[in-house]
Amino acid sequence: MSQAIVVENLAYQYPTQEQEKGTYVFEDLNLEVEQGSFVALLGSNGSGKSTLAKHFNAILLPSGGRVWVYGMDTMDEDRLIQIRRNVGMVFQNPDNQIVANVVDEDVAFAPENLGISSAEIRQRVDNALKHVGMYAYREHAPHLLSGGQKQRVAIAGVIAMEPRCIVLDEPTAMLDPRGRREVMETVRKLNREKGITVILITHHMDEAAQAGRVVVLHKGVIKADGTPKEVFSQVELLHELGLAAPETVELCYELNKEGYDLPLDLLDTESCAQTLYELLKA
Amino acid sequence: MLKDITLGQYFPGNSVIHRLDPRTKLLMVMAYIIALFSAGSWFSYGVVFLFLAICIKISKISLKAITRGLKPILFILIFTGVLNLFFTEGTHVAISVFGLTITWEALERAFFMVSRIMMLITGTFLLTYTTSPIALTDGLESLLSPLKKLHLPVHELSMMMCIALRFIPTLIEETDKIISAQKARGADFETGNLVQRAKALVPILVPLFISAFRRADELAIAMECRCYQGGEGRTKMKLLRYHRLDLYSFGAGGCLLIAVFVLRSFGL
Repeated sequence: MSQAIVVENLAYQYPTQEQEKGTYVFEDLNLEVEQGSFVALLGSNGSGKSTLAKHFNAILLPSGGRVWVYGMDTMDEDRLIQIRRNVGMVFQNPDNQIVANVVDEDVAFAPENLGISSAEIRQRVDNALKHVGMYAYREHAPHLLSGGQKQRVAIAGVIAMEPRCIVLDEPTAMLDPRGRREVMETVRKLNREKGITVILITHHMDEAAQAGRVVVLHKGVIKADGTPKEVFSQVELLHELGLAAPETVELCYELNKEGYDLPLDLLDTESCAQTLYELLKA
Repeated sequence: MLKDITLGQYFPGNSVIHRLDPRTKLLMVMAYIIALFSAGSWFSYGVVFLFLAICIKISKISLKAITRGLKPILFILIFTGVLNLFFTEGTHVAISVFGLTITWEALERAFFMVSRIMMLITGTFLLTYTTSPIALTDGLESLLSPLKKLHLPVHELSMMMCIALRFIPTLIEETDKIISAQKARGADFETGNLVQRAKALVPILVPLFISAFRRADELAIAMECRCYQGGEGRTKMKLLRYHRLDLYSFGAGGCLLIAVFVLRSFGL
């Protein structure tokens, strides 16, 4: 399968005003993301996950090494727009990424920037809004929508560019449980039905557990990389990095400390409950 | 408390006036204002008034909404009226009490001035009541686009207006939150003299400004992520198009102007 994003020996240093050397966020980071995959990027505060995400669509440029996006080097200024239309980005606060004061006008913002004809923009906007389930709200004012709805509008605004990859930087951090569910369902649907590559940065382990691959970042270094089961069963490592495993795994881990022998790869409540039930029955 | 502020005061509707192209409405308001200031007699005022009344009627905007809009300028209206009443030279004395004389000329002039201001405000209100802010910005951008040749940043201006309108409710909400937060810590906004009250506003303004700057920064990045590169090569989803209706209203506006100028040339 082809690679969506390839990060090669990435080094990045925040620009400082003084001449002295700023601290490096990354020194030598390598990462490959396959087209069509669903990758969750985990890490505690200051691990560099948002900084890394901003390299994926050339908002930040590497101080050393290369980032390849669909074979395009992010340092290549002529390809900037090509890169950005292929890798869409959704941020934490939906309020700060909605530009217009009518929902459909906002979704139209990106295609308008790309210079697409008005009939096709209309089509793309309607399709994007239907995909996120916000078509009925197309004439509403964004500030009257709920947080989850606003975030779905923001996602629609990105998929109206018809990107091949979407990077979501903690899209559910400011939402209530219901809004979180709405957004996660939308993201999964986009990955499944449209084959869009999804890179999800999150704090919530249960969200990461829904991904196909989990990458754990700590102080600019990848500490774990694999399927959710592989990563989350390394409970000690996660604790060391200031993270927690999903609640079901934590439960099994605590029980194992008391002398039980439970598997540590039960990521959903159902299978965990089933295992415990069988344990208690025996 | 801040919820009551409405800017742009748009009343959604589907009347003939609502459906007109925003550019048409802008040009019509201009024609209307020219006609209003050219009118110099009872008769031509009557013509302009009739035009306005018909527009209000077909826009289906309630008279209550319009009188509410006139309230803030009540003081200016009274002030203008009184000034004109006493300081207009005239010969035909109408009333004379306590050494103050009011002439018929002054009465007429005061009436004209007050009704002119009222009609001016009402006419422009009709524009903002029947046009959504976004349509208005689009219309302005389109009307001003010839100025791009003079390197005037027309697109940037309309983008700024659009974003400002978008963020007004968000920032109002934020201000409400900050006020509540400061009140919860014992801030006092209601007592004290003017200086003290102004000083009490500082703890509201500082966080508000900081958060507005942070928002602006995030918005700029989000806009860049969505391929924003200025007005160059940008297209529009909702194209502005003149329809038959716009043609008719241009006709009506033209008739109004001609009528007023013809009456003027006859000294009416």
